Amino acid sequence: MGSGALWGLAVATFAAAAVEVVEALTVVLAMGVTRSWRSALVGSGVALVALAGFTAITGYALVSWLPRSALQLTVGTLLLIFGLQWLRKAILRSAGRKAVHDEDEAFRGQTEAARAASSQRRLGLDWFSFVVSVKAVFLEGVEVVFIVITFGLNANNVPVAVIAALAAIVVVVAAGVLARGPLTRVPENTLKYGVGLMLASFGTFWAVEGLGALRPGSESLTWPGGDVAVLALLAGWFLLSRALVTRYRSATQPRGGATR
Amino acid sequence: MRFVKAFFRFWYDFIIGDDWKIAAAVVIVLLAGALVVLAGAGSSAVLPALLGLGIGAAFTVSLLIDTPPRGG
Repeated sequence: MGSGALWGLAVATFAAAAVEVVEALTVVLAMGVTRSWRSALVGSGVALVALAGFTAITGYALVSWLPRSALQLTVGTLLLIFGLQWLRKAILRSAGRKAVHDEDEAFRGQTEAARAASSQRRLGLDWFSFVVSVKAVFLEGVEVVFIVITFGLNANNVPVAVIAALAAIVVVVAAGVLARGPLTRVPENTLKYGVGLMLASFGTFWAVEGLGALRPGSESLTWPGGDVAVLALLAGWFLLSRALVTRYRSATQPRGGATR
Repeated sequence: MRFVKAFFRFWYDFIIGDDWKIAAAVVIVLLAGALVVLAGAGSSAVLPALLGLGIGAAFTVSLLIDTPPRGG
């Protein structure tokens, strides 16, 4: 693997993981600021332990019991669905049909919900902030795990993908601590668009290759051009998304007159 | 019971997300691909490319159904 491809893998994994960590951080910050730092941090810790267990069990099961093609089909399909959900939002945001995601706004929404929630204590913890933090960290964390598996295995270098994801966690959390608030300066919408394109491309590549699990011998299907097909898929998803943005924009502009 | 409900709710939100039609579009194309592979055409070089185009088309249809361009 050349150093260019290595950096490409590291940057792609870092960017994708960073977007997920920013979202989890916003929720944990909101719970900590408005209700209980202790409960929010204990919830985050519990989620990380659960995530480690989930990764170990599913990772072992996927690698030990399933042929590579079945792993590609399972993880690729999930990644494809996540990627297309992100791409859908990015297209609608670019076309002005959906509000642009604002981490400050998300933080305000979370803090308002936290203030309005009832105060229930269990095991010495503020239960609302504990549960919300567990859910946010675990949910975003599982997405990071799938991203690391796909990007890492596809490039035959899982360690680099793991290191890039861990670096994203450290950098985002450190930035959050320094900023003492949600990371509003992260160009999240642009990043999400890029990450959506990457997830959709890798997801398509893997899910289709994984259909080989149904063949005798479970050998993966082969894309024309091999791994280079990922670049063609990336270009294809980008062009389709731009065409859809143009379609939405032209449909909302007034007909026959000046468009401002 | 509440735990089971919350468990399935979590995974539904995680996998299906805001728009179930996207997940349905992906599953429909992959099921069609699975049928072709089971029929013995898995070694065809054009099958992956056709499935890729199919996923793109299914995504486009699901998006346009969910948010029609002139729907305001």
